[in-house]
Amino acid sequence: MHIMEGFLPPVHAAVWGLASLPFLVMGARSVARVTREHPRAKLLLASAGAFAFVLSALKIPSVTGSCSHPTGTGLGAILFGPAVMAVLGAIVLLFQALLLAHGGLTTLGANIFSMAIAGPWVAYGVFRLARTLGGPLALGVFLAAALGNLATYLVTSVQLALAFPDPVSGFLGAVTKFGSVFALTQIPLAIIEGLLTVLVVNLLIQFSRDDLDELAFAPGVVR
Amino acid sequence: MKRTNLLLLAAVVVIAALPLILPLPGGLAEPFAGADAQAQTAITAANPDYQPWFTPLWEPPSGEIESLLFALQAALGAGLLGYYLGLRRGESQRRKSDADPARLDAQAVDARD
Repeated sequence: MHIMEGFLPPVHAAVWGLASLPFLVMGARSVARVTREHPRAKLLLASAGAFAFVLSALKIPSVTGSCSHPTGTGLGAILFGPAVMAVLGAIVLLFQALLLAHGGLTTLGANIFSMAIAGPWVAYGVFRLARTLGGPLALGVFLAAALGNLATYLVTSVQLALAFPDPVSGFLGAVTKFGSVFALTQIPLAIIEGLLTVLVVNLLIQFSRDDLDELAFAPGVVR
Repeated sequence: MKRTNLLLLAAVVVIAALPLILPLPGGLAEPFAGADAQAQTAITAANPDYQPWFTPLWEPPSGEIESLLFALQAALGAGLLGYYLGLRRGESQRRKSDADPARLDAQAVDARD
């Protein structure tokens, strides 16, 4: 999902940067509120960032014969709400842009929008919906993380298609083209991300019930 | 619970390893190239005139350095997550053993001796 440095025209880069800005401000305020109101959960917040750090470093082979990586942003979104992930995801993306030439500074706004905003908000929405409809917690966690992951890559495809519409088939043709690079490859990775997020939530319920209660996460679920 | 988690891990390993065992789809320029790089190739192929207008300030000078930094990123993340889970596990176990009456009896015996 990383759009490489310089690979979005300046106007697109600027617009995505501006679009991400309010979410970053909201995220920073949300992080400040979490650390003020739930000091006990500070270490869990850092761990949610760490989860995104490790998952987005893992390039995993897919059935399409190419490699891609999970994002790890769903976990923090369902624990703390989607806003904080704008900040935590931006840190991950900045690390990769500066030290790995993976993504870039000019494309940082667009990459933040897909990985640190769209993914977490979709994950959060799916999780809330799944909880409202009932059903097991693990299913909601799995769907949230997996669909958040797919949403990130879908947004990247749209961003690229807007910047580089196909000369013949236009914007929609380009969405299909970039989508075919990402989407199929991403499906097994989204499943992996879903399973790993369920695993971490299981461990949290087992060992860290107090932190989850502090955040009013899945009240009443005990192992 | 432990069994569920082990099954989850096993499923992750199988899904990640399966593409390496299955026959590769035909027509690949390079097996297991990065999807990000493929998107970049698709852009350049459809828009040969497009010139990236900014280049990374710094690039890892070799594949080795790049893998070093990726490993560092993963290690930092996994390290912190492991620290957190280990800390909370220790706390919850201490609380459990504090609340355990058998343990309290044993402590009482210790105290009498």
